Amino acid sequence: MNLDNLHNKLITAARATPADDRVPYAFEKRVMARLAETVRVDLLGAWSAALWRGAVACLVVTMLSGAWLLRTEPSSEHAEFTPDFNAAVFNAGVFASAGSTDEVW
Amino acid sequence: MERSDAELIRAVLQGDMASFEPLVAKYSPRLFATARRYARREDEIEDIVQEIWSKAYHKLGSFRGEAPFEHWLMRMAVRTCYDFLRAHQRNRENTFTELTKEEDDWIERVMSAPEQVSEKAEAAKQLVEKLMQMLPPPARLIIQLLEIEDRSVKEISAMTGWSVPLVKVRAFRARAEMKKCLARIARDKYL
Repeated sequence: MNLDNLHNKLITAARATPADDRVPYAFEKRVMARLAETVRVDLLGAWSAALWRGAVACLVVTMLSGAWLLRTEPSSEHAEFTPDFNAAVFNAGVFASAGSTDEVW
Repeated sequence: MERSDAELIRAVLQGDMASFEPLVAKYSPRLFATARRYARREDEIEDIVQEIWSKAYHKLGSFRGEAPFEHWLMRMAVRTCYDFLRAHQRNRENTFTELTKEEDDWIERVMSAPEQVSEKAEAAKQLVEKLMQMLPPPARLIIQLLEIEDRSVKEISAMTGWSVPLVKVRAFRARAEMKKCLARIARDKYL
């Protein structure tokens, strides 16, 4: 039994068979519609990726500023307001609201 | 006036998506012919060609224009078809489906008087189809490109992205695999 003969005959048969190149009706329209859809999805994806990147950057900046604030020593000069100043602010606040005629309780 | 491929590609890259449509219309017949060699169902064939166009559109920026657009596209087509074969490997029929009476007769005639047998017979085409389905994806791709489409090892290497030695090794294995399948058919029939 000659398998080479069979092999050659089958390969010749395959070569002799022309490839079917029919294209379904309006196929190019469908391809373009699908591409337009993916491009739209890509834009949304890009926007969401940019937002995430922005969020991460903000978080990093917040953490760095927090760390910087914790590390820096509060200067003794401006660390606390004087008791007189605090009292003055308190009084001003209290009396200002008490004297206000627009306020309705 | 009809615009050349290079002009269309330039327009697409500049953001004119509509210029891609003439390319799709021009090269789809070629892509369908290629896809039909690897898949059988029409919906699968259509999916493969859609996938090729989608990849082509998104990777168009990497097309340098040194070779014709068709070559670049065919390379993408072959790789997509190979991916399809690998994805559907599990569905591949391991056992050879029963031969029809015509296929049976055709083999018998090849065995007894090969010079009198026509290769254009429908039975021969069906047999080739069945045989190809029995082969693993790399073997099927190599037999298709090397033996049926008569491409050179170098061309296959460029199309598949495999090195030349790898193509040669795979071609050797593919032929052995094909012989094994043929022997199986013959054994089923004659022993």
